[in-house]
Amino acid sequence: MATIKDFFRSKPKYVTVHQPSTDDRREIPDGLWVKCEECGNLLFNKELERSLMVCPKCGYHYRVSARFRIANLVDEDSFEEFDADLIPGDPLGFPAYPEKTRAAQEKTGLKEAVITGRCRIKGIPVILGVMEFGFIGGSMGSVVGEKITRAAERAIETKLPLIIISTSGGARMQEGILSLMQMAKTSAAIGRLDEAGGLYISVLANPCTAGVMASFASLGDIIIAAPKALVAFAGPRVIEQTVREKLPPGSHRSEFVMEHGFVDLIVDRRELRDTLAKLLHFHGRTAVGGVSNG
Amino acid sequence: MVNGNLDFEKPLVELESRIAELRRFSKEKNIDLTEEITTLEKKAAKLRHEIYANLTPGQRVQLARHPKRPLALDFINLIFPDFLELHGDRLYRDDHAIIGGLATLEGSPVTVIAEQKGRDTKENIARNFGMPFPEGYRKALRLMKQAEKFGRPIITLIDTPGAFPGLEAEQRGQAEAIAVNLMYMSRLAVPIVVVVIGEGGSGGALAIGVGDRILMLENAQYSVISPEGCAAILWHDASFAPEAAAALKITAKDLFELKVIDEIIPEPLGGAHRDYAETAANVKAAIVRNLQELKKIDVKDLVEQRYAKFRKMGVFYEASEDKEA
Ligand SMILES: [Zn+2]
Repeated sequence: MATIKDFFRSKPKYVTVHQPSTDDRREIPDGLWVKCEECGNLLFNKELERSLMVCPKCGYHYRVSARFRIANLVDEDSFEEFDADLIPGDPLGFPAYPEKTRAAQEKTGLKEAVITGRCRIKGIPVILGVMEFGFIGGSMGSVVGEKITRAAERAIETKLPLIIISTSGGARMQEGILSLMQMAKTSAAIGRLDEAGGLYISVLANPCTAGVMASFASLGDIIIAAPKALVAFAGPRVIEQTVREKLPPGSHRSEFVMEHGFVDLIVDRRELRDTLAKLLHFHGRTAVGGVSNG
Repeated sequence: MVNGNLDFEKPLVELESRIAELRRFSKEKNIDLTEEITTLEKKAAKLRHEIYANLTPGQRVQLARHPKRPLALDFINLIFPDFLELHGDRLYRDDHAIIGGLATLEGSPVTVIAEQKGRDTKENIARNFGMPFPEGYRKALRLMKQAEKFGRPIITLIDTPGAFPGLEAEQRGQAEAIAVNLMYMSRLAVPIVVVVIGEGGSGGALAIGVGDRILMLENAQYSVISPEGCAAILWHDASFAPEAAAALKITAKDLFELKVIDEIIPEPLGGAHRDYAETAANVKAAIVRNLQELKKIDVKDLVEQRYAKFRKMGVFYEASEDKEA
């Protein structure tokens, strides 16, 4: 650990994220049985959870928390969190912003809308970032921008691949222009990783729009989207309100975006771990035993 | 708004037209009205100062969108008289909401990229109200890479309500186009001077807004979301836009204090629309001075400094230390 520590300009805090999904109860409908919101089939709750909150009947992807994603993606006990102590300020003195962040912190148990860290996927070490939509719509303010930037910089320093699972409504309005600037900051950091020859896989979860989509989420060497995820610069609601265009069915969904050439592949949540491992293998990444320095 | 004038300007505009009327009358009838005119002019000067010295953020937004405010091409004509426009992204089409081309500034070639709104309905339709499509941003990037190849500094002028949010823009990858510009602009190996001349509408503005120096006209605005959009979210009522404008901190002074821009370019009293020549002269002087400084910096250091400049934007705390980063 000490050697890794020296690599990083800021002191990394290694905190193991709770692996089991027990604190994600709020994401799971109460009761033993649940009726699928999409296909209407009755599902056994346990069954839904076992299939990673994807309906076994119709493939509908229920929204899950960042912790749930991490717990079901990375090797057990391999996740070491970075920068867990970064908390937002209120640079504009924006109406009700501190209350809003406090409520989001209580609701999610997170300090901000992204968790970053280092982990292994099928034994392969990677730097991972996972956004939390439940935290003010996964919006990107200064903390999200800083954590994503640090994750990219760590990927450069450690020569590890970077994987970011993005789900976001865009830049965080409450931090005003500083949120907008996080788009430039994160894109510049991804640019550095690109120049250094580092691998960056961007995974778009439902929904991924606006400021995050128009910055680091669109800059992956490989871009994966979840099935039927809303993936857009401006969501359908924005379009209907501003330009009043009539939209064809399925517009702004992953399949539409892939058809137009902006996504490499669509991957079911249940296949994500395998697909990522495969992609990592194609880039010469192999499993290592124990805690590794890369 | 009456005759393209803002409500808060109305008393002044009325007074000014009375002065003009008196002048005409005096000349036609050959009557000396010097004394009356002088008195009214003094009154107008006082009024002008009263109105414009203490503008609210909401009023500044109105000035930034003033129907008579100089647009990118007005600045280009005044600052770069030899400007030669180059068209198209070589991929799809030529977007008229973004103009790009070559010019000389103080004898040296530069690449100019600008967002262009229309002056009237017809031109606004042609220019898509200054809201670029992805191909606009890709044209900008093509010309910026060309500038890098030939070692020309880049000057960008920002004036847009935002990137176009329509279905076609989605189909052609609006998000990707913006993201790619942000990434490349952060590492282009030539000096980049950005000037926000009117409306800096979110990602659509930033997509040509990453540079070594970010300058902003006194009454311009630059925001992550339009005040109307913010008001609709916060108060469920777009008419709260003036309150939202204040909360969002979008004026040049705000952005300077937040360390997002480097310099505020003064406008004539009453706003840029009152004197195009003076405004353009101020913009030109600021660009020339900043470029002179940037040209002295080794290109490697320049790119490094640009990265560091954006790297440190943002306000957050480390819980354990409780210290602002
Ligand atoms: Zn179902």
